[in-house]
Amino acid sequence: MKYQFNTPLSKEDIMELNVGDEVYLSGIIYTARDKAHMRIMEYRKESKKIPFSLENQVIYHCGPLVKKLDSKWKVVAAGPTTSARMNRAAVPLLQNFDVRALIGKGGMDGKVTEAMREKCVYLAYTGGCAATAAETITSVKDVIWLDLGVPEAVWVLEVEKFGPLLVGIDAHGNSIFSKVEEEVNKHFSDMFP
Amino acid sequence: MITYNAVVNKIVELFHKAETELPDDVVRAIEKALEREENEMAQRQLEAILRNIEVAKTKKIPICQDTGIPIIFLEIGMDVTLDFDLKSAIEEGVKKATELIPLRPNAVHPLTRENPGTNIGVGIPDIHCEFVEGDHIQITVAPKGAGSENMSRLRMFNPSEAGEIKKFVVETVKNAMGKPCPPTIVGVGIGGSFDKCARLAKKAAFKVLGTPSEYEAELLEAINSLGIGPMGLGGRTTSLAVNVEMAYCHTASLPVAVNIQCWASRRASGVLR
Repeated sequence: MKYQFNTPLSKEDIMELNVGDEVYLSGIIYTARDKAHMRIMEYRKESKKIPFSLENQVIYHCGPLVKKLDSKWKVVAAGPTTSARMNRAAVPLLQNFDVRALIGKGGMDGKVTEAMREKCVYLAYTGGCAATAAETITSVKDVIWLDLGVPEAVWVLEVEKFGPLLVGIDAHGNSIFSKVEEEVNKHFSDMFP
Repeated sequence: MITYNAVVNKIVELFHKAETELPDDVVRAIEKALEREENEMAQRQLEAILRNIEVAKTKKIPICQDTGIPIIFLEIGMDVTLDFDLKSAIEEGVKKATELIPLRPNAVHPLTRENPGTNIGVGIPDIHCEFVEGDHIQITVAPKGAGSENMSRLRMFNPSEAGEIKKFVVETVKNAMGKPCPPTIVGVGIGGSFDKCARLAKKAAFKVLGTPSEYEAELLEAINSLGIGPMGLGGRTTSLAVNVEMAYCHTASLPVAVNIQCWASRRASGVLR
């Protein structure tokens, strides 16, 4: 099935989705990598309010390649980064915030799949496809925590029909990645008994 | 006469080419993989990759936002004389390329993670030198992304364990699953010393794709029968090629390194005289 959504997403939107579905997103999305995840959780620990809302929002595992033109940021290329690096940080993040979708590549582990149940989906964008991704990013709305460095800052991006995004993990506990991993492990143990 | 500015400009030119145009041999390997691939999800991923390669080339923008860390291979002719510091010229070129192309500032302090924003730092760019016959310098730039680099492994085997190498290579690819942006190119270094075998593996990962040896074909067949597929979503195409480089080693040791390269295998070479 093919879906088109505007962000922010509602819980109803994402509950419709199943692994293998294709999604196109329009609206605002937030990039976050290792350091942004760490800072969000530090703020949480210190009961400090983070300077943006994650309620019903979409997090993009991405460190964009940007340039500044006439004091305005422009995205040059912005494909997904390896989501598995955020496996550990994603669980408390999902417990504390109603994030509705994570976009990335390579998938996330079983603990994240569990934490996503009934609240969030994982959308896979083809890794390395930064030029085509940039075509759908219409503007940089803001950049937060630039002191973390350009790749690690939170970039607030406006996108227009960003996709195709493949539902890799749905909110019903299904994951394409764990299914593939199971089969791969079986093939490996058959090959090297 | 090779000048400081000629080196700076060549470095910028080669980074631009490497970051925006994938080498023909790699594009052909991806196209061939798409012809063979039967899994529909895998086909869609490979089609997206080929479309991205085309867009990057046409628009002259980097293929991937991870423009890598700068790795540079030099072949320096023995008859070359220079009246400037070659390393400074290369650093200047990398700094300029970072600004102009642009490249993402990826190089950070390993512990403080402080980012100078220039892709220059202690030990970066990573420059490898080899001396050859002639009066020229061949420069190859090979920006390496972290997604695939992070999945690489090295092991010091006992000399009696040569039969275990295949399992180690296939297991490295299996552990990586979809994380290194498959379809990958797998560089294997066998022999040498602890560091030499890692360098062999890197050299193998960047080799122009050609006809595989029997051993390389056997490793590739085993890897592709795992079923990881493009982006770890399943399928026949986990790797495009396995390249093996070997060196003699100590009679008591057998080092093996596996360096994984994502499908965006970026490299460009040029010669200065």
